[in-house]
Amino acid sequence: MKLILHIWRQKSPKDKGRMARYDLDGLNPNMSALEMLDVLNEQLTEKGEEPVAFESDCREGICGTCGFMVSGVAHGPMKGTTVCQLMLRNFKDGDELWLEPWRAKAFPVIKDLIVDRTAFDRIIAAGGYITAPTGSPQDANCLPISKDAADRSMDAAACIGCGACVAACPNASAMLFTSAKITHLGLLPQGQPERDRRALSMVAQHNIEGFGGCTNIGECEAVCPKEIKLESIAHLNHDFLAASLRNRANMTPVSRTSKYKRDPLHVEG
Amino acid sequence: MKLESRCPTGPIESRWDRARFEMKLVNPANKRKYTIIMVGSGLAGGSGAASLGELGYNVKCFCFQDSPRRAHSIAAQGGINAAKNYQNDGDSIYRLFYDTVKGGDFRARESNVYRLAQNSVNIIDQCVAQGVPFAREYGGLLSNRSFGGAQVSRTFYARGQTGQQLLLGCYQQMEAQVAAGTVTMYPRHEMLDLVVIDGKARGIIARNLVTGELERHLADAVVLGTGGYGNVFYLSTNAKGSNATAIWRAYKRGAAFANPCFTQIHPTCIPVSGDYQSKLTLMSESLRNDGRIWVPKAKGDKRPPNQIPEDERDYYLERKYPSFGNLVPRDVASRNAKYVCDEGRGVGETGLGVYLDFSDAINRLGADVVKDRYGNLFDMYQHLTAENPYEVPMRIFPAIHYTMGGLWVDYNLMSTIPGLFVIGEANFSDHGANRLGASALMQGLSDGYFVLPYTVGDYLATSKLEKASTDDPAFAEAEQKTSAIVQRLMSARGRRTVDSFHKQLGKILWDKCGMARNATGLREAIDEVRALREEYWSDVKVVGGADELNQSLEKAGRVADFFELAELMCIDALERNESCGGHFRDEYQTPDGEAQRNDAEFSYAAAWEYQGPSSPAVMHKEPLEFEYVHPSQRSYK
Repeated sequence: MKLILHIWRQKSPKDKGRMARYDLDGLNPNMSALEMLDVLNEQLTEKGEEPVAFESDCREGICGTCGFMVSGVAHGPMKGTTVCQLMLRNFKDGDELWLEPWRAKAFPVIKDLIVDRTAFDRIIAAGGYITAPTGSPQDANCLPISKDAADRSMDAAACIGCGACVAACPNASAMLFTSAKITHLGLLPQGQPERDRRALSMVAQHNIEGFGGCTNIGECEAVCPKEIKLESIAHLNHDFLAASLRNRANMTPVSRTSKYKRDPLHVEG
Repeated sequence: MKLESRCPTGPIESRWDRARFEMKLVNPANKRKYTIIMVGSGLAGGSGAASLGELGYNVKCFCFQDSPRRAHSIAAQGGINAAKNYQNDGDSIYRLFYDTVKGGDFRARESNVYRLAQNSVNIIDQCVAQGVPFAREYGGLLSNRSFGGAQVSRTFYARGQTGQQLLLGCYQQMEAQVAAGTVTMYPRHEMLDLVVIDGKARGIIARNLVTGELERHLADAVVLGTGGYGNVFYLSTNAKGSNATAIWRAYKRGAAFANPCFTQIHPTCIPVSGDYQSKLTLMSESLRNDGRIWVPKAKGDKRPPNQIPEDERDYYLERKYPSFGNLVPRDVASRNAKYVCDEGRGVGETGLGVYLDFSDAINRLGADVVKDRYGNLFDMYQHLTAENPYEVPMRIFPAIHYTMGGLWVDYNLMSTIPGLFVIGEANFSDHGANRLGASALMQGLSDGYFVLPYTVGDYLATSKLEKASTDDPAFAEAEQKTSAIVQRLMSARGRRTVDSFHKQLGKILWDKCGMARNATGLREAIDEVRALREEYWSDVKVVGGADELNQSLEKAGRVADFFELAELMCIDALERNESCGGHFRDEYQTPDGEAQRNDAEFSYAAAWEYQGPSSPAVMHKEPLEFEYVHPSQRSYK
């Protein structure tokens, strides 16, 4: 099959960038969108042109490394799918596709379709964990947890941290990502002691990173490859409000100059 | 080179306790004065970095991905074993130990495996405390399933995403240490050389993958948790970025490489569909609990599966192994799939596939129960193949999945270079010649959480480390050498892409050092790999610059190392004149086609020592002794 691709090319963070057109022929409908880019990159390399930089690792939808906009939709038109599992059979012969990186102030472009998502790691470092130093726990079955709570916790824990929610949000908010962690840990008894602190710190860090606020539009849920529910943002709002009332002193966001080494070309927002 | 396993003696149950007691401790106030480099952030590296940080050491953790949470441990589906005996079905630490030694076909160290089984119990406690949402029963207690041929239910799981949840658990624990200031994270950095000063590992050269800059990092100990080398085959279930460069370059600095030919082929992957294919997708082997594997009895039977009557189907695993049936270990299931395809009875367009059929399970249990158990896997299969496994049998075929070989380590997980530790899949220690299902996650976390924190401390407390700096000539030499490799790749300016070479290399290995090997094929493979490597260095084409983000250059360096590793794998396979576990030599099989071990001559770990580019590697043998589990022919009949 044949496809016409328009791909964002940007040599470095400082480069202005532009769309470039590539006509591809002889594609197999059983290829993934990333295998299509592999084919393009082989052709570009043979011609001595620089291949398109894009990220991927597991190519089975679980590592969260891949992701770009396909004609304006994060991860493309298939529901619950990352681009590595977006098969070309979902497109028509001769279709024209526009591939662009995630666009958000907190996700600066490094090259072509690659963006810097270390802000997500810093949000987790701000409180997205349960303190349980190695060696300290009791026997696992000493703490029964209802199947329902465990299942709902798992639903939220399925987040792969790809960043599609941010890219899809008109406010470039990372609330779905942040709330998925708050929900995962907050539904479990082990997560209770740090629940207030977690909500306050993670939200504070989220804001420091330059992500926008949530205005309940729901674009994030629509594109999430793991189908994380908007309901988790309700959990976040609940925890944040309750914690704000109870204890405002515990907000301790990780500084932007923390020991998390940034990509050196990162442009400070 | 002398291999000292440093295994404790005495009753196996108390060896680890005694070893821990005999270890020297580092004064708490002094821990922050020591810097430890951790390369890799998967289950082994992430748990190790978090635990060392908690103890107060200054940890620098490196990963090539954009975030430590991407490490390939994340893709493990099925589960993690632990000898909790929550099901009261007769499990025990001793039984898990026994099963693992036997499953590894008697090519692993008993002391290590026993410790692994002991630690398995603490791992589950640790993970639950972190908030890993394991599957639970309605009563609120943890759920278990039987997995990969085990006769007891000892596998803990979080849907089909166990690796993801365990990895996020240790990633979060590590991020807490990043916030606390004990761990510094270096994402988008790739280790390209090990720096050895006065015979001890003292640092690494890492390339900043965004700027291309080569950086010098000094430490008091270096730990590699960089995973396996399955991508040497090009097509595997590994992530695209998984590579052997860190362990290979450490090998070239003097760390022995053990049993490189021990590779595991997983029986249930989605078959290859075209030459554009970039990787293979695993379908959890839990599917074999209810799916029945078959091929047509007649060669070249191209009828659709539902038109092949029952009596013209060959359920070959059930026929050959009546007691284990479809649940035989991975190596046995894979090899038998190869045999039926070699006979011309394979299914699908390419003839390289067998059916995994759920129609009986659906009739017996109902579609709902099957959906509840395997729904996400069925969806994934349909997504990728556009076939509905509720109606048409799945097609599966074996694929490279795991490498049991790796850098040789002693009982303390230290390589033959003092101060260089190797953990998780990157080392060779616990799985022998074949790894059982749900044991990789267990080993990664056991090494990182419960072994490394003690043994690194012992090393630091007992070694006299001279003051060193990144101005040391050893750093300059390593940086210069790394830079020369980069320059050589950039300046080859040939005609062929890195991937085209990598695919060709993978094909040679898959054909001649894959599921079945023989001396003739291995000798041919060695010659072919050497010839292709020559061509690679003169004809590879890397576009772009060295001082920027350049993914072709990253791949080119990794493939260069794969070439050398591939040769050593074939040499090792040729040297091992027996069949054991995942290493099957056509010449050595029982009359009914099973792997024929030769314990009298090959009951050892083969540790290869690098001798420079122009001399062949030298093999050292670490004899394996079995005091508890007596070697027997594995039988799953």
